[in-house]
Amino acid sequence: MDFGRISRRHLLQGGAALTLGAAAGARPAFAAETTIGFIYVGSRDDYGYNQAHAQGAAALKKIPGVKVVEEEKVPETDAVEKTIESMINLDGASLLFPTSFGYYNPHIVKMAAKYPKLHFEHCGGLWTDKDPKNAGSYFGYIDEAQYISGIVAGYTSKTGKLGFVAAKPIPQVLRNINAFALGAKLANPKATTQVIFTGDWSMPVKEAEATNSLIDQGVDVLTCHVDGPKTMVENAARRGAMVCGYHVDQSPLAPKAYLTGAEWNWEALYPKFVKMIAAGESIPNFYRGGLKEEIVKTSPYGEAVSAEARKHADEIKAKFLSAEGYAIFKGGLVDNKGKTVIAAGTDRGQKDPELEKMDYLVEGVIGATS
Amino acid sequence: MADGSIGLWTVSLAVLGGAIRVSTPFLFVSLGECITERSGRINLGLEGTLVMGAMSAYGISYLTGSPWLGLLAAGITGALLGALHAGICSLPRVNDVAVGIALMLFGTGLAFYLGKPLIEPTAPRLPAIDFGWWSDIPQVRAALRVNVLFLIGVALAPTLYWAFRATRWGLLIRTAGESSDAARAMGHSVLLIRLRATMVGGFLAGIGGSFLSLFYPGSWNEGLSSGQGITAVALVIFARWDPLLCLWASLAFGGAAALGPALQSVGVTSGYHLFNAAPYVLTLAIMIITCSPKRTLTGAPAELSITR
Repeated sequence: MDFGRISRRHLLQGGAALTLGAAAGARPAFAAETTIGFIYVGSRDDYGYNQAHAQGAAALKKIPGVKVVEEEKVPETDAVEKTIESMINLDGASLLFPTSFGYYNPHIVKMAAKYPKLHFEHCGGLWTDKDPKNAGSYFGYIDEAQYISGIVAGYTSKTGKLGFVAAKPIPQVLRNINAFALGAKLANPKATTQVIFTGDWSMPVKEAEATNSLIDQGVDVLTCHVDGPKTMVENAARRGAMVCGYHVDQSPLAPKAYLTGAEWNWEALYPKFVKMIAAGESIPNFYRGGLKEEIVKTSPYGEAVSAEARKHADEIKAKFLSAEGYAIFKGGLVDNKGKTVIAAGTDRGQKDPELEKMDYLVEGVIGATS
Repeated sequence: MADGSIGLWTVSLAVLGGAIRVSTPFLFVSLGECITERSGRINLGLEGTLVMGAMSAYGISYLTGSPWLGLLAAGITGALLGALHAGICSLPRVNDVAVGIALMLFGTGLAFYLGKPLIEPTAPRLPAIDFGWWSDIPQVRAALRVNVLFLIGVALAPTLYWAFRATRWGLLIRTAGESSDAARAMGHSVLLIRLRATMVGGFLAGIGGSFLSLFYPGSWNEGLSSGQGITAVALVIFARWDPLLCLWASLAFGGAAALGPALQSVGVTSGYHLFNAAPYVLTLAIMIITCSPKRTLTGAPAELSITR
């Protein structure tokens, strides 16, 4: 299928580019109309990670003078380099958003070095000084929104047992699990969060099985970190459990069971990036932010959320939005094996790069990273 | 029990529940492939048929509001794909394995293409029958919520077993599979028998797909099958072309799929990748134990291109 896609692109657009090129000479790198390329690892409408990015791309399409080209289901291999090449050479893209974690090293780094005049904005990677200056990595502290979900879940759960369906034990996922668990403990100090790893980003049958096993264990509020939360949300709601969403708002799937959720806010961030480039400003190579910077947001509360939970969650949200900020990972933090992972007295603020190397599960989480 | 937890019992219950929930697509695809292979042809395209069945069932159920019409649509789609496979294979010097692989890619590709607008909407699902009414424990009740397709599949396995031994058309399929010359000498068209067998196989695989999208996990998305169709084709060899063994093998695979998440949920967290791989390790082990360089696999139809 890869073959079909590439050859079609080459044939149709290659043909078009040839005619254009012959008529108007070489295309300038920055035309009056800016072309922006979006590359997704999965399906653009997966009710999850890729859809969140596609919503951001849709927001860019509304800006006059901006043309968006998109390609979905591009694997995290050499295939992404081919896609980037064709977006640059055939579509004239000058800004690229390869949105999947695994694209960054070595693929984006290599492409950015090859095309030093173009911009590459990668989601989730860790840009370092050694990487090309025209590449950048941006990401959102979605754990802030997960923390809010955790508070709401902690108040809503009757059994005090929460569940988390996770894909892989990588730092970003562990950070979400820990933030959710810590938020829940704020609401109910005895709350536990049980995590099940499915092993990959999109495993619908495993996700459904994990959801059922958690509910069998007495879990009554669930959330997840997988690419498409639809399976978890629908199966949990069918069993009468409550859910917190992830990536995008899944409340239409389970209106009664949906409490709140941690959502990306790319439709606010991407137009900001484009305006910065249009104004001649440079986007910081290492771009991070949370609720305050409008990179993440929380879903509106569902009807099952109590007034008490709303009040507490809104208080914490206000702290995240305040000038001094709020630290989720405070000193004296113990992991679920009893080891102190953050020494007493040293609060790790959200921007602390140490948090992006997280390899532990905090006290109150049932599960293991390996 | 007061807190709603039943501890380690969950694992056995989850494996039982998983065997019932997860096994149905395996069961339908493997029974369908069993019929096709017994007629002397191998259809590797059933992965594509499964995915097409899942997509068309979801689409029709969403458009008409009736999951049963969706089920029927999945079966018809499967039968048509089966007819396509059989049609191409009836041309001279065509390799059925290669055609199967091509149709697998065609089926999944077409389903992803046509299924794009179906990812977001929610379609009506097939109902479940509650067999856990006698129990007060919610976990038991949940494990015993059985879909009627599972029951049909379970009933179909012994029926096929009997049909292959005792009915006229069962014997005809086997004759075509064991010796096409014998079937021809009896005045039957081998191609026609294989066409019908492949269409029935496709029909069943399509029904298996509808279970995925209309019952469990219960929605359409592109990762839905993740190779279950091709696993089920391998299951047939594993089950020695015996419908009854297909049933047990499907149940074992379903139960094994539930094992990883269930063990993690009770706190056995180390090595979950290993537990997730359990069904494949099981297959490999049985293959190694039962294979022999001196003879072909027992029960293999003699006309099958992989054993010939």
